[in-house]
Order: sequence, then C-alpha cells, then structure tokens
Amino acid sequence: MSVPFERLEAILKKVPPSPEHLIGALQGIQEEFAYIPPEALRAACRHVGVPESRGWAVATFYRFFNLEPRKDHEVSVCMGTACHVRGAAKVYDKFRRDLEGTGGQSDPSVPETSLNKVYCLGCCSMGPIAKIDEEILGNLDQSKVGAFIETHIKKVLP
Amino acid sequence: MKIRDLKDLEHTKSTGLAKLYPPDRVKILVGMATCGAAAGAGRVLDYFRQQASDSAWNGVVEKTGCIGSCYNEPLVDLVMPGKARLTYKQVSIEVAEKIWKELSEGKTPETNLMAWLDTDEMLLNGGPHTLQTGAMEDFQTRVPRYTDLDFFKHQQHIAMRNCGFLDPENLEHYIARGGYFAFHKALTSMQPDQVIEEIIHSGLRGRGGGGFPAGIKWQSCRKAPGSPKYVLCNADEGNPGTYTDRGLLEGDPHSILEGMLIGAYAIGSNEGYIYVRAEYPLAVQTLLNAISAARLAGLIGKNILGTGFDFDVRLSLGGGAYVCGESTALMASIEGKPGEPRAKYTHTVEKGLWNRPSNLNNVETWANVPAIIGKGADWYRNIGTATNTGTKIFSLVGKVNRVGLVEVPMGISINDLVVKMGGGVPGGGEFKAIQTGGPSGGCIPKSKWDLPLDFDSLVKAGSMMGSGGMIVMDQSTCMIDMAKHFIDFLMDESCGKCIPCRLGLKRMHSMLERFSRGEGDVEELDELDSLSRAIRDGALCALGGSAPNPVLSTLLYFRDELETHIRDKRCPAKVCKDLINYSITPGLCNGCSLCAKQCPAGAISGIEEKVHLIDGSLCTKCGACAEVCKFGAVEVL
Repeated sequence: MSVPFERLEAILKKVPPSPEHLIGALQGIQEEFAYIPPEALRAACRHVGVPESRGWAVATFYRFFNLEPRKDHEVSVCMGTACHVRGAAKVYDKFRRDLEGTGGQSDPSVPETSLNKVYCLGCCSMGPIAKIDEEILGNLDQSKVGAFIETHIKKVLP
Repeated sequence: MKIRDLKDLEHTKSTGLAKLYPPDRVKILVGMATCGAAAGAGRVLDYFRQQASDSAWNGVVEKTGCIGSCYNEPLVDLVMPGKARLTYKQVSIEVAEKIWKELSEGKTPETNLMAWLDTDEMLLNGGPHTLQTGAMEDFQTRVPRYTDLDFFKHQQHIAMRNCGFLDPENLEHYIARGGYFAFHKALTSMQPDQVIEEIIHSGLRGRGGGGFPAGIKWQSCRKAPGSPKYVLCNADEGNPGTYTDRGLLEGDPHSILEGMLIGAYAIGSNEGYIYVRAEYPLAVQTLLNAISAARLAGLIGKNILGTGFDFDVRLSLGGGAYVCGESTALMASIEGKPGEPRAKYTHTVEKGLWNRPSNLNNVETWANVPAIIGKGADWYRNIGTATNTGTKIFSLVGKVNRVGLVEVPMGISINDLVVKMGGGVPGGGEFKAIQTGGPSGGCIPKSKWDLPLDFDSLVKAGSMMGSGGMIVMDQSTCMIDMAKHFIDFLMDESCGKCIPCRLGLKRMHSMLERFSRGEGDVEELDELDSLSRAIRDGALCALGGSAPNPVLSTLLYFRDELETHIRDKRCPAKVCKDLINYSITPGLCNGCSLCAKQCPAGAISGIEEKVHLIDGSLCTKCGACAEVCKFGAVEVL
C-alpha cells in the first residue's frame, strides 16, 4: 500500500523535528492509518533525525504499534490477573474458536477480525472483559461471547 | 480566569463552591470514569442531560470520577440544596427513568438508593462542609450513611480526597475543595529545603512499589549537580489487575499536577513529564484538559502566582510496555528510544532523563503531596503506622463480592480489607489466597491474613506492595495456573536485554507447564526454586529481579498443591486441563441438549430428554457445557 504524501506530511508537520519525538510521530501515524506503513516509518525517521534502524527498534518494541493493516474488527480480550481468575482464558478460547470457524475452515460469514490478548484495560471490576472496536463488554462467559459474535460481528449472508 | 495571587485563589474558591454545591438548584452527577462508562454510565448521562434540556427543570447534570465502589457502577449522585447528598447504585436506564420520575414529582427518589452523606469532609478546605441543614429525614433510617457502609467505614481518603466529588476537569471545583492552596503556601511561605524537610518528616514513601522515602529522593535530586532538572510522574500503570492510578488520573488530575508543582519548586526544576500509558485514553484526555486549564489560569507556565517560579509539564504516551514502569526504561522511552532499562550504577536522581538529575514518583505519591503540605507532616504521620505513614489505595479485585478501589490507613490487616470490606466470595465459595504487587509480587495464603498491610510486612511475607493490586483468589483458583499466568506475562514483557530474565523465565515457564500436566518429579521443585533465586540475583533490572516472586511464594506457601499435581496427577482447583475430565451426572441431566449445542468439539451425544454423555477422547475441556448447564449436571472430575 502506498501512503498518501499529503496525509503523512500533515502528521509530521505537527511533530517537532528532534529524536525524542519519534514515538509521538509513530503514534500520530498509527492514529491516521491504523498501522505503521513502512514508508511512513522511514519518513518519520528522516523527519526526527534518527536512523531507520531506530525506527524499527521502537516500532517493534512497543506492543501498541501495529505493523500490519487493520482488519474489519478488532477484538482485544483482557488477560489481566483480575480477569484471569474469573475465567478470561476460556473467554479468549471461545473468541478464537468462533472467529476462526471450526475445523480450520474459516467461516465466510465472519468478517476479518483480529484477535489480541491485552493486559489490563483497567475495568477489573467487570472481568472478564473484552474490547470490541471501541466498545467494552464486561462479565463475559462463553455463551455471551457466542451471542455477541452472532449479533454484532457475523455478516448476514445474501 | 487567571490566578495571580491568594486573593484570586480565595475568590475562585468561593465561586467554585457555589458551583460544587449550588445553593439554589439541584445537581445530578454521573460517575464517568472508565469503569462507570464500561458499565453504561454514558447512556445514563445522556439520558439525564436530555431530560434536563427537554424540561423546565432548574438544575445541572455533570460528570464526575470514581469514588471506588466499582461493584455498584454506574453510580449517580444527587445534590440538593440543604439536603444530604444521595448516592444511587447500579443505575441502568430503567433506574434512571424512575429516579427522574420521582424527582420531577418533587419526591426524594429512593430507587437503588445506596447511601446518603450529610457532611462533605473536604480534607483541604479547613473543615467539613455541612450539606444537610434540616432535620433527619425518614429514608435516612432505612438507608445507611455513606461512611457506615461496610465498604467505606474502614477507609480514609487522602489521595482520593476529591474522586467522585468534583468534575475532574473543572479547575474551579478543585480550587473550591482547597486545591492549589498547598502549592501557594509552599511557594510563598516556605523555602525549598523546608518543603523537603516537611515531606521527609511526613514519612511519605513512594507508592509505586519499592516504598523509598519520597523526601530523601527529592533531597538527593535537589543536591545533584547539573541542570535542567526534571520532575517526572510515572503513570504507566501496567500491573495487570491494578487500576489505582487510573482512578486518580481520571478522577482528580489536578491533585497530581499540584503535587508535581510543589515537588518542582522544592527540587529546583522547571520542567516535568507525565508518562502515561496509551491504553488509558480517558486518563490521557483528562490530563490534557487539566493541564491546559492550569496553563490558562497561570498555574503552569511563567512567573506562577507572581513569584517568578516557572514550570511546564508535558505528557509522554507509553506504548504498552510493562517494563517502562521501571525508572530507567521510562526515561529511555521519554527520550524516544525503546524502553530498555540500564544498570543503575548512577542513580536517576543524579543522571536520569537526558543524563540530567531527574526525580520520578508515581501518581499516588504526587497526589498525597498537596495534602501533606496543606495539613502538615505531623497530621500525616499520625495516620498509618510509625514506619509506614499515611494511607494506601488498593484495587480489590478478583473473586470477591465488593470489587473496587479502597484507600485505607497503612497497617490494616488483610482480613479487614478482603473479608470485612470485600464481603465474601461471589457464589459463596471460600477464600484461598491474595496476590499483591502484580506480577512482581507474591501470593499470601488465607492463614496469613492477619498480616498488616504495609511495605515491610509484605516483603517479609515474600510478596510486595507494588502499586496496590490485590487480587483475591478462592478455592477454584489453581496456584500453578496463577504462577504460569504471571510468568507468561513477564516472558512477554521481558525486554530481552539480559539473559537471566530472557531465558530464565522461559525455562521456568516450561517447568510449570510440565507440572500442570502432572509430569516431572517432586525433586524438580528444588530446581525451580534454585532457578528462581538465580534469576532474582542475576537480572539487570527490577522487572527481572522480582519476576520469580510469584513462583517463590507459591513454592513457599503452596508446595503441597504443586506436589499433588506431580505426585497424584490431580489439580485440586480443577483448572489444569490435562488433569481434569468433564462428565455428566445422570441423576441431574434432564436431556435438554443445551450442552451438546454448545460443544465445539461434538463430544456430547444423547437424544433429547434422555441423559447425555461426554466422549472424553473428543472433549477439549473448554468448559462450555458446564457454563451453560442450568442443572449443574456437568461435573469436573
């Protein structure tokens, strides 16, 4: 994918051109493109004045940065300790099974969804929780996950 | 609104108070911290705002932070002139409609009324503020006073003094509750050394985990040669299961800014950074708004309060790396580098951010500072114990009924906190242990729960305070599974710079994995113990050095449970998949087929209305059948 120059320039214009602003520049890029395209990373490194190797070191070090384009939906299951003791692992497995479809065959009615584990979203009182796009679901169990995928994620096939 | 001197502060205080507790109209407050929003508070706020704008109602609707009783979210407060403040729990849209209806009929709504409060303590406002001027009302005999609730009666809010009582972004509200007066006092009537002496005398210890005396740290930084000097705030709360800092960041950001201002004046710094994790979008936004309000008022910037003191503060967003909570890694990250720690031959108070003297304290520590300066070190010293003064916020979570943030005097026993305030296990199970200090801490068994909660006692018991995570476990929690969970997390978060941490944790994990399958030998537990000690002694930074704690404390207190796995091939908590089997009890199964429909592996067979059967060779032990069965017929063996 090629990155529109104007959009990139608009982001970098807001970033002061010194090395300590590398992380800020990458956060700006991710906010705009939902991931870090390699061309954008190179441009950011040139802009703040660090070698490209530093750019990659930073982009791969921090969990926050995505190096792959975003999918239709993003599901993040909290694996924090409070959620863990209340059964987060079972909830995660249920998402994994349902989103992948059974028997390794991907289900065409399920749009492309990325599934991540995150550690603590800070809503420990409602665990186990998951964040689906921008919405937080609390007090989950396997059947709630199943119902949610049916109603919110699966596309209705023609 | 510009704050140039004491007169301006006093003026803002009185105008702010009239907004905090309007003398002529009703106010509805909706708790909109992340926990409230996740429980649906946003819709409730919209509902009240809509109702207020649609009617001729003379009142205001505002958002506020979290008072800590997260188990009752969404929370709504009702403030009426001359009357007790009323707190409503679990306010869904339906409940909100009922409250509104009763309110518009001129009644005192009693639907979901949790508690009332007749005086607002207002810690820094020179005395309590009376809310209820009239006689006791009828409902007050039926519903408890807020401070008499089991969850609140052992609490003492110092750092959380404003949380849930003001709009976190409203500077006037903050000043109305006595905010920025402590900063004014320090700046105009105390020398920097006096401020440091006061903090040392208060006994305040860093709330981020280690418990280092904050005043001593400030003093070292003040004395260190070099300029500029930096004051930093660690808001990179990454301990899974801990959200004490989030509560303060979202509930009262100005208390943190004021603490940093006082610290900067004492240390001789004009520049500060708050390093906050990007996973807390609301906290970031709240902080940004608070900083710009303070800047607009002239409380941050040049020539603050006309004294010639300059200070500016910036936000630096973390990128989801737990290790960045470590001081040297945090500073590397602010510099725009990967957050790898370095060996601390030289302390960061001498050479920290950009090799300049830097003083790092965490959110809760900074939030305590204005209270200490405002009310005096002697007052603070009298709270808690002799060597652990003041209060500590804990996030009480896990298998406990009343989940939330609690701020209690140091030295309270675990029993008082978990059993009395937490109020039992959901579903009536039995407590087993608590885990404190996050992945760097340890588990403390029920038998030791008379232990006082302070920095030193927890370390002695093989755990640590950490930033105040307190995860409660019951009999259905397997200790091997817990240890694996922490090591899993730390393996993920290890930066990989030093070998003990990078490879040692992997090795530890594979040993625990084998034990959880019932493999291995009881003698291997000694090997695990010696490996743990080697990692603890050999790792470069605090992450690696404390990483074996969960395993060491499990070996210390739950060795028999580990041995049961290895020797008897049995998981007493019925968690470890390789050691359990699911089975259907014939007498309880009525053949509804729900379980068979849920089973992802097609392992359950049976004709409707006849007893079903699980085929153990196909079963993946996901537990979906047990969750869905309404008759408790699915048993774990």
